[in-house]
Amino acid sequence: MATTEASQRAADDRNPDRRLSRRGFLLAGWGLFILAAHVGLLGMVRFLFPNVLFEPPMSFKAGLPGDFAMGVDERFKDSHSTWIVRSASDPLSGRSGIEGIFALSTTCTHLGCIPNYLAADRKFKCPCHGSGFRESGMNFEGPAPRPLERWRVAIAEDGQVLVDKNQKYQWEKGQWIAPEAFLTA
Amino acid sequence: MELFKSIVNWCSQPAIYISLCTVGFVLLISRYRVLSRPSVLWGLAVGIALFFIVGAQDEDFLKIITKGDNMPIVIMIFAILATLGMALRQAAVNDMRLERGLPPTEAEDRGKVLVWPDLVYSEFICTILLSALFIAWSVAVEAPMEEPASGTRAPNPAKAPWYFLGLQEMLVYFDPWLAGVVFPGLIVVGLMVIPYIDTNPKGNGYYTLKERKFAISMFLFGFLVLWVALVILGTFLRGPNWNFFAPFDYWDPHKIEPLVNINLSELVWVKWIGTKLPDNILIREAPGIVIILAYFAITPALLAMKGMKRFYEEMGFARYSILVMLLLCMAALPIKMLLRWFINLKYLVAIPEWFFNI
Repeated sequence: MATTEASQRAADDRNPDRRLSRRGFLLAGWGLFILAAHVGLLGMVRFLFPNVLFEPPMSFKAGLPGDFAMGVDERFKDSHSTWIVRSASDPLSGRSGIEGIFALSTTCTHLGCIPNYLAADRKFKCPCHGSGFRESGMNFEGPAPRPLERWRVAIAEDGQVLVDKNQKYQWEKGQWIAPEAFLTA
Repeated sequence: MELFKSIVNWCSQPAIYISLCTVGFVLLISRYRVLSRPSVLWGLAVGIALFFIVGAQDEDFLKIITKGDNMPIVIMIFAILATLGMALRQAAVNDMRLERGLPPTEAEDRGKVLVWPDLVYSEFICTILLSALFIAWSVAVEAPMEEPASGTRAPNPAKAPWYFLGLQEMLVYFDPWLAGVVFPGLIVVGLMVIPYIDTNPKGNGYYTLKERKFAISMFLFGFLVLWVALVILGTFLRGPNWNFFAPFDYWDPHKIEPLVNINLSELVWVKWIGTKLPDNILIREAPGIVIILAYFAITPALLAMKGMKRFYEEMGFARYSILVMLLLCMAALPIKMLLRWFINLKYLVAIPEWFFNI
């Protein structure tokens, strides 16, 4: 038995057509390795799309417009990363002398820390590198290169303020003048 | 005591602190033979220790220096003094010997020891002692835990690990892509490039300062003033809301520091010329762009003609250009700091539309 196997192998070795060449062996080996690595990579990519996301929905209802007094409302900071601001006038969005509501993102535009609202100074101040923002979201101190981003605000069917974080408005792109960046209410 | 406190507080204003560090650094390089005498080094160590002991009488300062996070910085100050002092001492001794025509001490066999058993034994004993010290330390001092991590609240102040405080300080003055990516990359690349641009064979195998004055002083400036001094600044002088606090100030989270930063474009167009900002981005930022280009194009040429002429002739164009580029990038940090502190300049080139700010 062993002898026939050995002689068979010897015959294969002698037959150049049936013998796996060095180059073929390396190609097959590396090919399989690269294939396996890519399958592993696919598994990694799959992690980017989890089955369940424990995140608050991107849009939420914040209550009736009348619930918001003048100034900054911090109730939605922890749950939805949003400050809702009522302002008597917002010249930066082209609404001078018009009262209304807008929603600010709570992410600092410098490196993404979460600033604190300092009611006494009426400003948002980042604890990481000291960027400061006015209640309008405008950056005025520290390194932040651009103002806080604003979310879309609208009135839902039931009359509540709807904040939609899928749509953001950036001042430096001239987007704050968009109709839904500011809610006249 | 009050006088002592107010003097220290005055010296801790950022611009004065960095200036004092720079003056101290220049003194260190120019007077290293005197400063590295054992008596002077011990005097400095005792002086710093006295400063901490006297300062600890103040409650706020005591709280800062005994915070678990900050103890390594206090230790670091003494460790740097010791290692730097020993190296400079050795360099001073060698430089004096070389002047007298003698070989450096390392060239003689004096003091040579064997790896086994001398070195390995010392290392072994050090390992045991340090392990004991760290165990005792970790038992005695509570870990500086903070509140549970939260995606919606950042601690105030939010400090990086102590060894990154220099980097965090740099981020106060530059856009993240520069201070977080380009400059740290340049630090690493620059350190790797040193053997290729510094071809001076002197100092190979022995300590010397005189024979490599430029190389050592440039390295030490980056290390001592732009890294260690900024780590100390970030640890002891940065408080809530990332405001500056002098060592004997109470860390008041409601401290009001009126800072209104201004971009160079606003300064030039609005304040000096008196028009509104041009709509075209490149025209709007032209002043800053011209300054940056001039800084990196004209300064090397000027330095090649005067000041660093010898370098240009000895190193050739390519090596010289790399060296000067690295030096200019290094100098950009203190320049930007001073501009921020004195004229509240935010960005020389501010193009938030393209996420490009310098």
